[in-house]
Amino acid sequence: MASPRIALERVRKVYGRHVALDDVSVDVRPGEFLTLLGPSGSGKTTLLMAIAGFVRPEAGLIRIGEADVTRLPVNKRDIGIVFQNYALFPHMSVLGNVEYPLLLRRLPRAEARERARAALARTQLEGYEARDIAALSGGQRQRVALARAVVFEPRVLLMDEPLSALDKNLREQMQFEIRKLQQDLAITTIYVTHDQREALTMSDRIAVMNGGRIEQLDAPQPVYQRPRTRFVANFMGESNIMPAALVEPLGSAPPLDGTLVIRAENFALERDAAGGDGIAIKGRVAAYAFRGETWHLRLKVEGERELLLSIPSGKSLDQAGITIGQQLTAYAAARHIHRLDGGPEP
Amino acid sequence: MLDAYPESRLAHALLWSFGALVLAFLILPTLIVVPISFSGSDMLEFPPRSLSLRWYASFFGSADWMAALRTSLILAGLTAIVSVPAAFLACVAMDRLGGRLASGIYTFAVIPSVVPGILLAIGLFFVLAKLRLLGTLGGVLLGHVVLAIPVAVVVLYPAVRRFDWVQLQAARSLGAGWGGGIVGIMLPQMVLSLVSAALMAFLSSLDEAVISIFVSSGANTTLPKLMFISLRDQIDPTIAAISTLWTGLVVAVVLLFAARQRP
Repeated sequence: MASPRIALERVRKVYGRHVALDDVSVDVRPGEFLTLLGPSGSGKTTLLMAIAGFVRPEAGLIRIGEADVTRLPVNKRDIGIVFQNYALFPHMSVLGNVEYPLLLRRLPRAEARERARAALARTQLEGYEARDIAALSGGQRQRVALARAVVFEPRVLLMDEPLSALDKNLREQMQFEIRKLQQDLAITTIYVTHDQREALTMSDRIAVMNGGRIEQLDAPQPVYQRPRTRFVANFMGESNIMPAALVEPLGSAPPLDGTLVIRAENFALERDAAGGDGIAIKGRVAAYAFRGETWHLRLKVEGERELLLSIPSGKSLDQAGITIGQQLTAYAAARHIHRLDGGPEP
Repeated sequence: MLDAYPESRLAHALLWSFGALVLAFLILPTLIVVPISFSGSDMLEFPPRSLSLRWYASFFGSADWMAALRTSLILAGLTAIVSVPAAFLACVAMDRLGGRLASGIYTFAVIPSVVPGILLAIGLFFVLAKLRLLGTLGGVLLGHVVLAIPVAVVVLYPAVRRFDWVQLQAARSLGAGWGGGIVGIMLPQMVLSLVSAALMAFLSSLDEAVISIFVSSGANTTLPKLMFISLRDQIDPTIAAISTLWTGLVVAVVLLFAARQRP
């Protein structure tokens, strides 16, 4: 059976005076990997827990496939969940953990064992069946949690910051493994994270959340390159938001107005390196740092405003060097300049 | 710990002898009844001049003693069965509620263990009289449960606090109901604490005399109460035989449990 869509219609959740979910509507397509991205307190985990059934919304509808599950108890929803700290059962072996949902479904013991082994093989845990949970590394626990969440062939998969406890290298490896497993199973998946790079790497679409609302729902590239709101622009890495009046159009570039967004890495210090005509801004170096693959510059421009620049290292800047207070001109090509929807510059 | 003392043979010798004295003082009064129980004499005497098993025969041969033993064992079993689930639920409530409400519940649950036993017994006497439960097994049981709950709460609370409740959410997401999650996931992780709590509750009831003296009577007389009565009325070494058996039983249970706990 193909994995169904998940539809949320105006889901609302209030804790006292705090509106955790402010009439959220999303339509997750069958087989899609959708990430809820946002800072803590943005409502992303509340939304996931509402879909899981642990949080009951005050208003709105949650559908999985065609069925309205808003009032269905968790254990009847048939949803696989990977929890932030895995929530493995420490009194059971690895195999015991993965068999558990199958035995609850009254599968014969032999069949349950066979399917649990197959799920463990899928997550590269062959040979670990008899291990105690306490004897596993973080990455191995993550894989057990994953195997346990998919072994009973749930209709959809939910993951709540599953990689936040792992170190960077392992996290990047697991991102690819989880994505591959999700694609192999073609299972509709909602993934919660506050890590924008993780969201960009793994997702079909990203819903950027803030203050209980979805600010932007798009594929990774548009979310990154064409943020629709100031919040999204700020949250998706280093961006500069400024009024058009501050910049000087160059050459054939069209005149600009409104509020502009230019990413730190889209600036260049030579006009030719910017990759086309666009704008120029003059400023003085307020601070700089070497970050390996890039130089990080803070440029003080007109009106006490600071501009963030990220310039590739290994080029002219390495030899020329930088000094505090130095006058520089930053260039950006027209195609890298994005105009924000509405909202006056504060 | 001994390192804190100066490197002196005398200091060591003094420390060790003091320790030995304290231990002897604690243990000897318990052990002294053992030889007395094997005495052939009609009096409580130490050291015994002749040896016999007649006081053991007298205990097992007496319908009164046997009835009291039966009552005590049933009562202790029921006390464990009632107080451990009650204490478990109280611990769950404390852990889930947290804060001042939790410390309120904790204080409330533990109060019976700090109130003088005689006060509790007098209070219980009047309450049971009102409820017409004086002299019934249920009445004594109520008293023993009140005393056993603090013990069980103190044993169970740390185990419940250690439990990661997200595991129950996980169990529910995997298809378990509330009951299934608690029985299949939560309880197995605190088996040791549950058994300890049951054992402590059992022993606290078995040992309890004050409440029993006040509210148990007739067919529901407990063994400790009968021992007190018989000590008052006539002194014979049957008491010593019972005490020896009692001590043996408690030591055996504790050792058995300690042995199970080790691996």
